[in-house]
Amino acid sequence: MTLHIPQELLLQIWDYGERTYPEENAGLILGAINGDERWASRLLPLENQSQSESRHNRYLINPEDMMAGEQEAESLDLEILGVFHSHPDHPAEPSEFDLQWALPWFSYLITSVDRGQALDSRSWRLNDDRSQMIEEVLHVQLDLDTTNRRFKLKTQKEKNR
Amino acid sequence: MNSIRIPTPLRPYTDNLKEIEVDASNVGEALDALTERYPTLRPHLYDESGNLRAYVNIFLQQEDIRNLRGQATPLTGGDRLMIVPSIAGGRSARFGRPTAVR
Repeated sequence: MTLHIPQELLLQIWDYGERTYPEENAGLILGAINGDERWASRLLPLENQSQSESRHNRYLINPEDMMAGEQEAESLDLEILGVFHSHPDHPAEPSEFDLQWALPWFSYLITSVDRGQALDSRSWRLNDDRSQMIEEVLHVQLDLDTTNRRFKLKTQKEKNR
Repeated sequence: MNSIRIPTPLRPYTDNLKEIEVDASNVGEALDALTERYPTLRPHLYDESGNLRAYVNIFLQQEDIRNLRGQATPLTGGDRLMIVPSIAGGRSARFGRPTAVR
């Protein structure tokens, strides 16, 4: 079980997690499938529909947004591979609540955002008897241009401090 | 005959079929017919108490059956049901249904 993700998409997820901190965020991961291997190629960030007082530890994507996501995936000839969401000040591991609400087959990519800074992402899938989430390999497809751009941006930010 | 649209994550339990035809006079019967044909799907639609799981939403045409007559909502033949999941989670260990903004 592997989720392949381009570095640029993962960094978009990290930026999104940092921007919405200390609230949780979520969205759909679209891409292609070949057997047990999945290739992410597009993100669909969606509004967290939880009540505002719960958004620091909950996310909710309503069925209307899911329907729109399915239609978008179909129009692009892609599949919904799974869901990304952030865990503010919490490890990138599924909670009991994540397990309770998990759908089978989907990849659940969780990003830990510690004091406003994204630190770690891990991906999980529900097992067939719904008893636990199993970690899958998260293969980040590195891209030198993205790395260089990120490094320059970080250096610039540090200079501006 | 009526049809039920299956969302992507549940298709591995329906031989990867997107649409399943069922003979039923209401929504509950349609879901029963579906899970009788594909028994491994049942634990992902129903919890241990036999209630539909919190993330399962059933739409008849474009209307949530909760706004109709729930699982007693009649089907007239030629109707199309859609199973549409809500997606939820979060770091909280507290259980319960997340409350949507309305």
